Amino acid sequence: MKNPQLNSNGELTHLLSIEGLPKSIIEHILTTADAFASVGDREVKKVPLLRGKSVFNLFFENSTRTRTTFEIAAKRLSADVINLNINASSTSKGESLLDTVDNLAAMQADMFVVRHAQSGAPYLIAEHLIRTNAQHIHVVNAGDGRHAHPTQGLLDMYTIRHYKKDFTGLTVAIVGDILHSRVARSDIHALTTLGCPEVRVIGPRTLLPSHVEQMGVKVFHDMAEGLKGVDVVIMLRLQNERMNGALLPSAQEFFKSYGLTPEKLAHAKPDAIVMHPGPMNRGVEIDSAVADGKQAVILPQVTFGIAVRMAVMSIVAGN
Amino acid sequence: MNKILIQGGRVIDPASGFDAVTDVHIADGKITHIGVKPGDFSAETTIDAKGLIVAPGVVDLCARLREPGQEFKNALASEMHAAVAGGITSLVCSPDTDPVLDEPGLVEMLRFRAKNLRGPRVFPAGALTVDLKGEKLTEMAELREHGCIAFSQADAPLDDTQVMLRAMQYAATHGFTVVLRPDDTWLARDGVAHEGQVAARLGLAPIPPAAEIIGLLRILELVRVTQARVHLARLSTARSLDLIRAAKADGLPVSCDVAVHHIHLTELDIGFFNSQCRVVPPFRDGRDRAAIRAALADGTIDAICSDHAPVDEDEKALPFGEAVPGVTAVELLVPLTLKWAQEEKIELKRALALITSSAARALGLAYGHITTGGPADLILLAPEEFWKVQASSLLSQGKNTPFIGYELPGRVRQTLVAGVVVHSV
Repeated sequence: MKNPQLNSNGELTHLLSIEGLPKSIIEHILTTADAFASVGDREVKKVPLLRGKSVFNLFFENSTRTRTTFEIAAKRLSADVINLNINASSTSKGESLLDTVDNLAAMQADMFVVRHAQSGAPYLIAEHLIRTNAQHIHVVNAGDGRHAHPTQGLLDMYTIRHYKKDFTGLTVAIVGDILHSRVARSDIHALTTLGCPEVRVIGPRTLLPSHVEQMGVKVFHDMAEGLKGVDVVIMLRLQNERMNGALLPSAQEFFKSYGLTPEKLAHAKPDAIVMHPGPMNRGVEIDSAVADGKQAVILPQVTFGIAVRMAVMSIVAGN
Repeated sequence: MNKILIQGGRVIDPASGFDAVTDVHIADGKITHIGVKPGDFSAETTIDAKGLIVAPGVVDLCARLREPGQEFKNALASEMHAAVAGGITSLVCSPDTDPVLDEPGLVEMLRFRAKNLRGPRVFPAGALTVDLKGEKLTEMAELREHGCIAFSQADAPLDDTQVMLRAMQYAATHGFTVVLRPDDTWLARDGVAHEGQVAARLGLAPIPPAAEIIGLLRILELVRVTQARVHLARLSTARSLDLIRAAKADGLPVSCDVAVHHIHLTELDIGFFNSQCRVVPPFRDGRDRAAIRAALADGTIDAICSDHAPVDEDEKALPFGEAVPGVTAVELLVPLTLKWAQEEKIELKRALALITSSAARALGLAYGHITTGGPADLILLAPEEFWKVQASSLLSQGKNTPFIGYELPGRVRQTLVAGVVVHSV
């Protein structure tokens, strides 16, 4: 089965998932992001790599943060950015996903940044563009259902590399709602590809997908045990609608078992870093004392995210 | 009526075990003689069957003809045409139409329209409950008089166990067969793919095997209580087949089938969200597929059905979870059955039984065999002829199959229904 995100020369032409990306491409993205990290500190925060190109943010699902960082990244690359909140426009008029894509392609788009509530939607779009001879339009997955959030995964890797330098000696724990998390899936693929020897997932059985161990992770249900000796803790957001029902009895009980408090964090290595993809639920998955504490690198993640998204956009566009 | 001589073919009748190169004589829609020509027989048409298999016409226990509901697409004609091209001469159509086949008038209309088309014999399975809502029983006796051969809940939920019990009791009263696809709809809720490594990786909402198994356990217990004749449709898990094996050993009046694509594909075929692999029940894992193959070989499974569901391209050109489930399959039922038989070195006779005599027996149809005096429903088959599946080569309006591009064995050269050649290439 051909992975549609690589062209026949094995170059990245769409970013759909971290799964199946060669280590060399991931490393190339991270190194390229290094070069872009300083652009934000300049007086003129722009480089001309995507000048004259049109980047369409196609958000079929609401997002402020991710859309904004993609917009900033595209603008720093000098692209023209068009934001479409399609949730509220075309699909409610009954237009199909691919009809929307065809219309935007006809507007001479150069890149689609896609977020969709359905797992796999960016694959459908990329394959459709290839089939309709519009493969010059690049697709970047900005989060699809529970499947993948590859730029978040990459910015997490950038963050880990920034603080820990090397992946080959690290133990990383991902905590919380793994079942519904596209971030967790992208992080797992990225970490295993980059040679991280031990990736752990920690959560109640109701929030872990069955067969998750086949993704190459160790499964824990107890925080003290799962956090023991880890170098990196990645906390996940618990969505409101999951908090009271058959998955979990209450947010309070979740916090008691899995909320990251200073006491629980003490099981990790003293120099462990704490990450979170945002937005955080303080007092649900993370205690404010940790979120605002010395070990948290949550705000740097956001800053790095811009450089990583610049790197991804410029690489898929062929720079 | 036309007298036909089918000359020199290898005649295989799975029901009787007959297997010999010989001639078949047909008059008035019936097989009048197998072997030496009767003295007074003079054929008006002679069909040369040298090098071909002459087998009973295929009996398909589950296909959707999209009528009533999609008359505007002329689906009935195209799907019946496709069916005979696939060698199907008796076709049981599922009641999940729009409107649902729950009234004698609708059944009558379907049979009337089908009769005027040159296709297979159409045997409607009536709806078990009104509008397939799982609440009220249909007028089964009345529906039977109008030609329904069994009563099915199709893929609609039947969550109320008391309704299921009553439906079985009522059907058993009249000696009717109930067709059920076991499913615990709470466990399967929102699910789109087998709960396994692929769903975990791709972030697809899972359908656990337990949904089918719990559904089956519930049905089997009610069969034990009611002794109703129940046919379990389209099983997909290894454990389900173990349960059927045990139920049959216990003497419960059950039979079962699998969809032909489940013999070949697994969750891995979903690849990168291939919506052609969105099916109900979902493609399971390699162990389940191996169990299906073993259960076909040991006779636990009575029939292989096409589970034919033509779906428009637009309805598949959607993200995996939104794509309409189903596979177009009447034209692939024979080739995919032969592919399995060749891979597993299963005798041709046994493989054919699963799509002819054994299938017919499961729903009490008097077809699927070659006997003197029996209906001249026959196919001429070139079992070793390989052909490449292409959208353009399919007669069905649905081009939705994960087997596009496959080279499959088995070409149906001619199909006869009641002594009339309805398909010929």
